[in-house]
Amino acid sequence: MSRAAELKRAWPTMLRVGFASAVAYRGEFLVWLLSTNMPLVMLLLWSAVAKEAPVGRFGEAEFIAYFLATLVVRMLTGAWVGWELNFEIRQGTLGMRLLKPIHPFLVWAADNLAAQPLRALIALPIAVGALLWVGSGQLSGDAINWVVLPFSIFAAWLITFFANAMIGTIAFYWESSMSVFGLWMGLYFVLAGYTIPLELLPPWLLAVARWLPFRFLLSYPVELILGLVSGRDLWIGLAVQWAWVGFFFAAAQASWKAGLRRFAAYGG
Amino acid sequence: MASYGLRGQGWVAAGAIQVARPTPTGLGSRPTMISVRELAKHYKVHRREPGLGAALRSVFHRRYDTVKAVDGISFEIAAGERVGFLGPNGAGKTTTLKMLSGLLHPTSGEARVAGFEPARREPDFLRSIMLVTGQKQQLLWDLPPAETFELNRAIYDVPPAQFRETRDELVELLQIGDLIGKPARQLSLGERMKCELAAALLHRPRVLFLDEPTIGLDVTMQTVVRDFIKTYNERHGATVILTSHYMDDVAALCPRVIVIDHGHLTWDGSLADLARKTRPEKRVTLRLGQEVPPAQLEAIGGRVVRSEGTLAVLQVESGEMRDVVAAALARLPVIDLNVEDAPLEEVLAELFTRGRAAS
Repeated sequence: MSRAAELKRAWPTMLRVGFASAVAYRGEFLVWLLSTNMPLVMLLLWSAVAKEAPVGRFGEAEFIAYFLATLVVRMLTGAWVGWELNFEIRQGTLGMRLLKPIHPFLVWAADNLAAQPLRALIALPIAVGALLWVGSGQLSGDAINWVVLPFSIFAAWLITFFANAMIGTIAFYWESSMSVFGLWMGLYFVLAGYTIPLELLPPWLLAVARWLPFRFLLSYPVELILGLVSGRDLWIGLAVQWAWVGFFFAAAQASWKAGLRRFAAYGG
Repeated sequence: MASYGLRGQGWVAAGAIQVARPTPTGLGSRPTMISVRELAKHYKVHRREPGLGAALRSVFHRRYDTVKAVDGISFEIAAGERVGFLGPNGAGKTTTLKMLSGLLHPTSGEARVAGFEPARREPDFLRSIMLVTGQKQQLLWDLPPAETFELNRAIYDVPPAQFRETRDELVELLQIGDLIGKPARQLSLGERMKCELAAALLHRPRVLFLDEPTIGLDVTMQTVVRDFIKTYNERHGATVILTSHYMDDVAALCPRVIVIDHGHLTWDGSLADLARKTRPEKRVTLRLGQEVPPAQLEAIGGRVVRSEGTLAVLQVESGEMRDVVAAALARLPVIDLNVEDAPLEEVLAELFTRGRAAS
């Protein structure tokens, strides 16, 4: 049997066990929910600012819609493989995974994806609530945006997962891989549109941020939901997003392979 | 020290004594499962003296030492054998196990396990082996072991009927029926180890590497694990390689032991032979009717290793045994007399001390 066929057979069980894990880690899930409340804080902050006069084309309602959409996309694209990799490389428990005839990335991917239904359970009521609150006028009226959205959210998850995995593999070479996470998250806060809509950045920074991977982790799917991107820009955005998927997939794999040779050479 | 080791030898380049050892009984016709030739693993380790000055110097100029964890060992193990790896801490036992299970790349030499080169970690190789360590676990921490079993079934693609049969057999042998539904984190160390063993064997590996599987377990649980390993080996013909600091594990499980010391193979043979060759003297324990002066004890021959009240222990060369026992019975108020080999722990301590002195 080919490895792809084997994987297809193993995948449902891996997802089911991953879901069981997500449910078992109830406490951790709750903490995670609380830790992703940044968009709500930003929502209050920016909508207060916009009460007097709109900022760019963002009035109070636009800010509310923007940060609620941000919260939903963030919840659906979470991945934490980097923390697990960092821990397992340092503790040497990665060895137990290497004994299994399956790439550990696939096991982690199943584990991370399996938590999504539980997250959707939280994210979907918020999405519906937001729709009722701000009125459907804030959402994109273009059907193309809604067709592209699932592919874009999946791509955002893939970039998050592989970027996370790539940073996690730094622990093979360097003891301070967690500080790289700090740097990554710092950039994410500003350049992904997590704390401020990208179009409110200074023009020179926006020009750069439009092409950097951070936009495609969060801002681009949000732009689709709110109709902030359309036409040619929509397709260019989607193409660039999937190009970043390819880049981080290749980079994570390369770093993993090189790191594994080191791990195999020095032990663990 | 030159090191060479071939099956059928006892002492291996460990000094002047070279003793021929017969091939383990009943295994002569079995195919070779593990073959190791001049296997070596050397590490380059950064060395730095303590202190700020040394720390700064090390930024610009690094000094490295080469540590020879395993230094050219050779042996063969037949399918279905149970072999114990013995050696002091840092001798190279775990490094060897890791090389044989594909986790470490050898610096030089060759290893074949079940027909595969371990370092390539081919999926069919990984399906043929398993490594269980007492220190690291594969059970999913917050889920019941039954979930780990199910995950392993999917990952190893075990057919459902075979999975049920193997799982039921393991559950019965290890008596874990009431444990596999509880979250792993709520199990005791011993209970967890039993479930670890079950999880490791669901895909029926042909080669089982066990690294300190009984570490931290109480005596009863050690016996349960030991009995299970033996039964599993006898039922399924799996090849078992075991490292343990508990001599009882090795004595109960392994007809053959391989001693690795300072990265070299220094003995390949039976444990009983190893004990006899290392410490040919026997222990004579005397329980006396009344206390006797030390001079009177020493006068009967042998060497007094312990004398407390009415209990005396003498160490006696095999050749002098008859005279010493006769003298004790004639000249001392003996109530009880017992002759036995020196304890295995002592034998090994002496062997490793000799190894340190030789290196």
